Amino acid sequence: MGTKPRGIEQVLIAQDLACRRAERLLFRNLNFTLGSGQALLLRGPNGSGKSSLLRLLAGLLPPEEGTLSWRGRPVSTDRAQYRGDLAYLGHLDALKPQLLVRENLDFWAKLIGATVPVENALAKVGLTACAEFPAQQLSAGQRRRFGLARLLLKPVPIWLLDEPSTALDAAGQKLALDLIARHRAAGGLAVISSHDDLAIPQATSLQLGGGS
Amino acid sequence: MNAFSALLRRDLRLGFRQGIDALVVVLFFLAAGALFPFALGPEPQLLARIAAGIVMAMAALASLLSLDRLFATDLEDGSLDALALSPLSLELVALAKVLSHWLMTGLPLLVAAPVLGLLLNLPTALYPILLLSLLAVTPALSLLGGLGAALTLGARRGGLLLAFVILPLFIPILILGMGAVSASAQGTSPATALELLLALDLACLALVPWAMAMALRQVLR
Repeated sequence: MGTKPRGIEQVLIAQDLACRRAERLLFRNLNFTLGSGQALLLRGPNGSGKSSLLRLLAGLLPPEEGTLSWRGRPVSTDRAQYRGDLAYLGHLDALKPQLLVRENLDFWAKLIGATVPVENALAKVGLTACAEFPAQQLSAGQRRRFGLARLLLKPVPIWLLDEPSTALDAAGQKLALDLIARHRAAGGLAVISSHDDLAIPQATSLQLGGGS
Repeated sequence: MNAFSALLRRDLRLGFRQGIDALVVVLFFLAAGALFPFALGPEPQLLARIAAGIVMAMAALASLLSLDRLFATDLEDGSLDALALSPLSLELVALAKVLSHWLMTGLPLLVAAPVLGLLLNLPTALYPILLLSLLAVTPALSLLGGLGAALTLGARRGGLLLAFVILPLFIPILILGMGAVSASAQGTSPATALELLLALDLACLALVPWAMAMALRQVLR
């Protein structure tokens, strides 16, 4: 997965981020710097704002305060460019039950202009055997694997993963860790939320909640 | 454009796989329209006079049927997040969904309209202008309907709310649509009404996608 540096260094910087959801301040004065190959592990109890922070980093949720910079520029100056550099895996897997698994992934591949063949992405997450099944028949763990396959369609530098290992069996968890490790080895960076102890080597931890 | 057509084709495929939606819209259109002869009694002249209006009003109501699912399924399964983060702008995402709505409801209604006309004793001379008028009316119905669907997305009882938001907006479309038909019935030129309808279509096409995208961004927060 070659993520080519384009001129300026690939660093994601959060400065004094604050997030408010429905009158409740989830966090404030949040700072971090994340460079090529690094991973940030978000920890905290349910409702502490891990998912909100990921949505904020994806640009879906505007921050209450603070700025987010990518490649030395605030992301608000060029949203389309920033969007093209990130892949977001929410807690839902964007699967249409009426379509075949392969059709589902084909669609996302066409939409984002995939550079990796759909078959390869399915093979990497171990879904080749289910490619011609209606997505309705997938188990929760298989759906999660489909979500991971979506990340692999196009190499991008930033991965934002919301509980990537939910519902995965032991082999699936190892697969997720493996994919993250390979992504980082290729120079990518990742922000990952997890409430179980996902064993991600050399990751910076960020504790959310607990205070205030 | 590739991404736009991929989304359009996926939505059409979903529609056909489900199979039911387009059929239900057409059946509702015919069944509801066919109630009028029974409710009004056996008066062919009265029916003939109001047939075009019934067809037009039923088309507006039928196009509401599938609107509440236009964005809801994509919101519920996380697809809308992924669509919003895709290279395709949210304006074009919304436009593709509206276009698929028109292809799966507006177009079938256009095909079914002569059948309802027949049931309602519509004068033969009015068929061409009614169809032409519907051809101009249905895109505006889909566009404004899409706006309503985006505005009420995520609201409780969104479907009911949608009807309240959208039906008032349908009034000018129906007035112009019927204007063209009645001008033709009186032997005058329907051109003015049709031109105004076309202007309305184009104005909706220019403005509604932006409004839908703004509404969707609010929902995704």
